[in-house]
Amino acid sequence: MDLNMIWFLLVAVLLIGYAILDGFDLGVGVLHLFARSEQERRFHINAIGPVWDGNEVWLLTAGGALFAAFPIVYATVFSGFYIALMLLLTALIFRAVSMEFRGKVDSPRWRRLWDWAFGMGSLLPALLLGVAFGNILRGIPLDGDHNFTGSFFTLLNPYALLIGVLSLVLFTMHGALYLSMKTEGELKARVGGWISPLWIAMVALYVLATVATLFVSPFLLSGMTGNPLFWILFVLLLGSVLSIPVAVKAGKEGRAFLASSLTIACMIGLSAFSMFPRLVPALGDLTYSLTIYNASSSQRTLSTMLVIALIGMPLVIAYTIFIYRAFKGKVSITPDSY
Amino acid sequence: MDALLLARLQFAMTIGFHFLFPPLTIGLAWLLVVVETLGWRTREEIYTQIGIFFGKVLGLTFAVGVATGIVMEFQFGTNWAQYSKFVGDIFGAPLAAEGIFAFFLESGFLGLYLFGRHRVSRGVHWFSALMVALGSTISAFWILVANSWQQTPSGFVLRNGRAEMTSFADAVFNPSMWIRFLHTFDAALISGAFLMAGIAAYYLLRNREVAFAKTAMRIAVVFGLVTSVLELIPLGHEHTRQVAHTQPEKFAAIEGLYTTQEGAPLVFFAIPTTKPPQLHGTLEIPGLLSWMAFGDPQATIKGINEFPADEIPPLWLTFVSFHNMVVLGLLFILLMLLAAFTLWRGTLWSNRRLLKALLWSIPLPLAACQLGWITAEVGRQPWIVYRLLRTSEAASITVSAGEILFSIILFGVVYLFLGTLYVYLLVKKVKQGPASVHGKEVLA
Repeated sequence: MDLNMIWFLLVAVLLIGYAILDGFDLGVGVLHLFARSEQERRFHINAIGPVWDGNEVWLLTAGGALFAAFPIVYATVFSGFYIALMLLLTALIFRAVSMEFRGKVDSPRWRRLWDWAFGMGSLLPALLLGVAFGNILRGIPLDGDHNFTGSFFTLLNPYALLIGVLSLVLFTMHGALYLSMKTEGELKARVGGWISPLWIAMVALYVLATVATLFVSPFLLSGMTGNPLFWILFVLLLGSVLSIPVAVKAGKEGRAFLASSLTIACMIGLSAFSMFPRLVPALGDLTYSLTIYNASSSQRTLSTMLVIALIGMPLVIAYTIFIYRAFKGKVSITPDSY
Repeated sequence: MDALLLARLQFAMTIGFHFLFPPLTIGLAWLLVVVETLGWRTREEIYTQIGIFFGKVLGLTFAVGVATGIVMEFQFGTNWAQYSKFVGDIFGAPLAAEGIFAFFLESGFLGLYLFGRHRVSRGVHWFSALMVALGSTISAFWILVANSWQQTPSGFVLRNGRAEMTSFADAVFNPSMWIRFLHTFDAALISGAFLMAGIAAYYLLRNREVAFAKTAMRIAVVFGLVTSVLELIPLGHEHTRQVAHTQPEKFAAIEGLYTTQEGAPLVFFAIPTTKPPQLHGTLEIPGLLSWMAFGDPQATIKGINEFPADEIPPLWLTFVSFHNMVVLGLLFILLMLLAAFTLWRGTLWSNRRLLKALLWSIPLPLAACQLGWITAEVGRQPWIVYRLLRTSEAASITVSAGEILFSIILFGVVYLFLGTLYVYLLVKKVKQGPASVHGKEVLA
């Protein structure tokens, strides 16, 4: 395994970390749109209040790591997805301030405005991140100089939109599982009712997406079935997806949430594995693809960054666990709450 | 319109707006460390009150800082793809390090600090305040490492059509890094001190929350006096000397030295015109600039005339922003000296003119930060990486002028809205006063 492969793995790990952690609080934000009472809405926000910001840092760090390790991908994809990214960032801006702002003025209209901003600011990223990921899986039009040759509308193809809806449903289910773990009583019962339909929709969409991938990006699946790693990930995915309803039925919310975290990890893991060693396949002519070799930084930078990651990430994981433990248990509204 | 100009405007607008919030965050975070330390040691309730109130202000400021900061993490790729490809091998590393070492730390512990007062022990809570301050400072460190590398690049070689890292240590500890970091960090501390002093002054002027305001004022004035003085000597002075030694054309531009001179004067005041570059109504001390920059009043300093016309920065903007920053810096020292003196004499509480001055000075350190930033960035032009890559060669080639215009309008409207709301909510919070933070009842 060389440095380029290690960095492929690390970027994948950062994306998985982001999807699992921000995934649930984006999901909570989507469910917030369907909340019925002020109390319910406050519980939603305070369930993620102390941790959402740290979760979003995984996205920033993935962005930074991509810049450091694969600058050509960072430059090509972000300039290529310009308008889409601006919309995503706008949604994230509104989401970030909505939780802080909504409780600051005691007026129902003010709160409704920020509830809407919080909900849409969660729904749009959950959808758009999936659309972006779908486009990468499908391949984007690139020329020989690694420049994006499509437009905003190139990105709005049915396949990418399908992946977008899948990620929206997946994160919403993940968020519902998190909420059912953090709440009790009537609210918990209401949240529980959302889980099964979301689970069914998620499974159906994933099967549909897999079939669509066979037609849209057959290159992703070539040679996969001969690799044991593929089967390991596949069996893990199958097991974790199936254990979600089992755990929910048994009233083990913690285990259900872990299963859905593993589901997300396996889905992204399988996609990443099928792309390897490509990072961004080129639509049409695969020889123009960005790979872990033609898009990477120098070996010195990759090794320096590896040292930084090996020093930093264990610390991050240690105190993240510490902070989650401080807020473990059911949500309660205290004078410090939003 | 020209895509390059729009890309620059877009970047200036988004970074300028974002840069209003981190200085307040960093300054307040360190002030809160002081407050929480005093509270922990003396066990006096007043410090808890100050901690909760300014913690809320920090939370609000941090939220807008984060919201506008997310944009920055992606801007180099969206707007400056050619730049990103050219410098990614070096420039990406500090950004990633900022995420790993700083963002996780500050955001994680801010949650614990703001929401954990009743959940964790006093020691852990104090530690979380310290980690927020440390995290925000490490963040400033890495982003200024990245910026300093653009100003004084080192630790690289040009290979494979890009700048490739040869030494991470040399790239990080480049010639302008330490002084730029310390100067900017101290500016953040001043911003925090003036915010706290200004809010305390507001209460004293209205004769409410008096005990709260007096304690906050004492902390803010001591903190503000020390940091304001340090900002000039040694930090401002040393930073200017560094520019004189490593970026002579920027130095000539900010000091208004348009022709090479032996025994160059230090210009205190002048009105610059550009064609031809000239200063009018100049107030200056002969030889002082040569002495300050090179330790010899007779030293010769290169003027703008020594450099090729396509390698000099805009002259008017650099001169004006630099000099106004200095004027503000001197004003901060004066205000804090007066405040400290009257505090010592016990007359500050009834000195309405000084209290009013402190109240209305709240935004001034932020103005100074913006002016300093403009001095540094415009002064580096026409280069995006000094003497290595021109700004004109750095923009994304696949992004059209129309797309950038869309983003300017989008972020312009969003930021105007956010900025207005921030001020509105801050004023509202201050008017409600510290008592109200306890009174927020559970809504059923």
